[in-house]
Amino acid sequence: MSVLIFVDQSEGHIKKASYEVLTYGAKLAEQLGTVAEALVLGSVSDDLTALGKYGVKKVHQVNNDTLNHLDAQVYAKVIAEAVTASGANVLVFSHNHTGKAVAARVAVRLKAGLVAGACALPDTTNGFVVKKTVFSGKAFANVSITSAIKIISLNPNSYTTIAGEGSAEVNQLSVAVDASKVKVTAVNKVSGEIPLTEAEIVVSGGRGLKGPENWGILLNLAKELGAATACSRPVGDAHWRPHHEHVGQTGVQVAPNLYIAIGISGAIQHLAGVNRSKVIVVINKDPEAPFFKAADYGIVGDAFEVVPKLTEEIKKMKAK
Amino acid sequence: MKILVCVSKTPDTTSKIAFTDGNSKFDESGVQWIINPYDEWYSLVRAIELKEKDPATVVHLVTVGGADVEPIIRKALALGGDEAIRINTDGSDPYFIASQIAAIAKDGYDLVFTGKETIDYNGSSIGGMVAELIDAPYISLATKFELNGNTATVSREIEGGEEVAELALPAVVSCQKGVAEQRIPNMRGIMAARTKPLKVVEPVAVDALTTVVSFELPPAKAGVKLVSPDNVGELVRLLHEEAKAI
Repeated sequence: MSVLIFVDQSEGHIKKASYEVLTYGAKLAEQLGTVAEALVLGSVSDDLTALGKYGVKKVHQVNNDTLNHLDAQVYAKVIAEAVTASGANVLVFSHNHTGKAVAARVAVRLKAGLVAGACALPDTTNGFVVKKTVFSGKAFANVSITSAIKIISLNPNSYTTIAGEGSAEVNQLSVAVDASKVKVTAVNKVSGEIPLTEAEIVVSGGRGLKGPENWGILLNLAKELGAATACSRPVGDAHWRPHHEHVGQTGVQVAPNLYIAIGISGAIQHLAGVNRSKVIVVINKDPEAPFFKAADYGIVGDAFEVVPKLTEEIKKMKAK
Repeated sequence: MKILVCVSKTPDTTSKIAFTDGNSKFDESGVQWIINPYDEWYSLVRAIELKEKDPATVVHLVTVGGADVEPIIRKALALGGDEAIRINTDGSDPYFIASQIAAIAKDGYDLVFTGKETIDYNGSSIGGMVAELIDAPYISLATKFELNGNTATVSREIEGGEEVAELALPAVVSCQKGVAEQRIPNMRGIMAARTKPLKVVEPVAVDALTTVVSFELPPAKAGVKLVSPDNVGELVRLLHEEAKAI
């Protein structure tokens, strides 16, 4: 019996979301009175023993070149075998791109109940009940897993990452790896930008900014905050900003610590993509904008005056 | 080419979310039902486009649900597709639902399309499970899908970019924005949908591995704290000291 945490990596570096699931999985193991172990696939340049800081005693690695690219079919088989080899009865993923591709397949292989999109530690006082977000963040469901092996995929940015002291032992697992049936022909990364789904702070603009030529004030604010930039659907549709920045029900769903909406009215479809954000700031000149109802802080004012001032004030604060 | 498109019924995005029976059931009163947008706008429309390019292509729709799903599946058929299959059962466990769909998907389909998630359960799990059950490759969160004979070229979203991959069919693909553009059914489509075959099949016996115990609503927001546009420094102070967000 143990908790196995899938550690997701990209180009040899461990993803931020993985530290969060490590913390979550270690806490869950403590709650269950068992140990937490990690599993990493492919070659990693980061120091794996350092994962001990997040509460795992052991890191299992399957180091095979095929695993440097995500193929859900290949990954699922390897992960399922690692679960069996390590004797884990709880498997934890991040509900990020990799988790969405792989967790469901592993669940089938192990006949394990899956709660995808969990947002809190399970209630294990009577059974194993996991809270997850439903209705695009508008409600929660408490879901009981009844199978022997249980799989949870945790919504990114829903559990606080804590790094302490400790060092983990790295164990090379020998698992047969199938050849991939998927040939990756290109990887196009938007360089120099912070990935939207991993960003702590997101600065987002809407039609209120009137045109792509006015984005400078928003980009300056984002730069000062180290934030990722996003936009509303009409802005993406009008090609003022690239499509991948579109946040909302049909675009990207984000859950940063801070979401700053500038000149976005806050249609319900937009809110469905951002309502898991911890703190929402709305800047809009229309006091009736529905977004204010979903916001924690707001300024009713002209974005072209308020945003540059905000950037200045943040600079001042940082200088202190 | 035989394509199976998974279609789910979901409450409209603007629906008021409430629960009944001691918070154990979704309150359906006054709810407007729609086709899950990802299923409709992206996977169904892309399947129809592929059929328009190659008329020999067969497009079947599959849904899991009771008779109350039929108006939604007729609406989907109005957009296109040759026939629909309704699996006569209901449930929330993704393994149970995926097993029902896989039982149909095994029947000689080259391609299975799902939406990237349903907007009610947000699990993003059905596609992956169906793929594992029929032992096919799975591309999740596709943003582009092209077909050349039996080879698919698919772009999928990854953190901070996209990845392009080639694979031979059969395959399962979950679709999102970019794969196709939303369409509105025309009168001809709506008329044609009335007479398209809608088969009802009984479920296969599978045990659910999860059950929904209860629902809850998030605590109400405390209300927005408004700051004067002449005092932007106060917002920065609040974000730093009170919200600890910067």
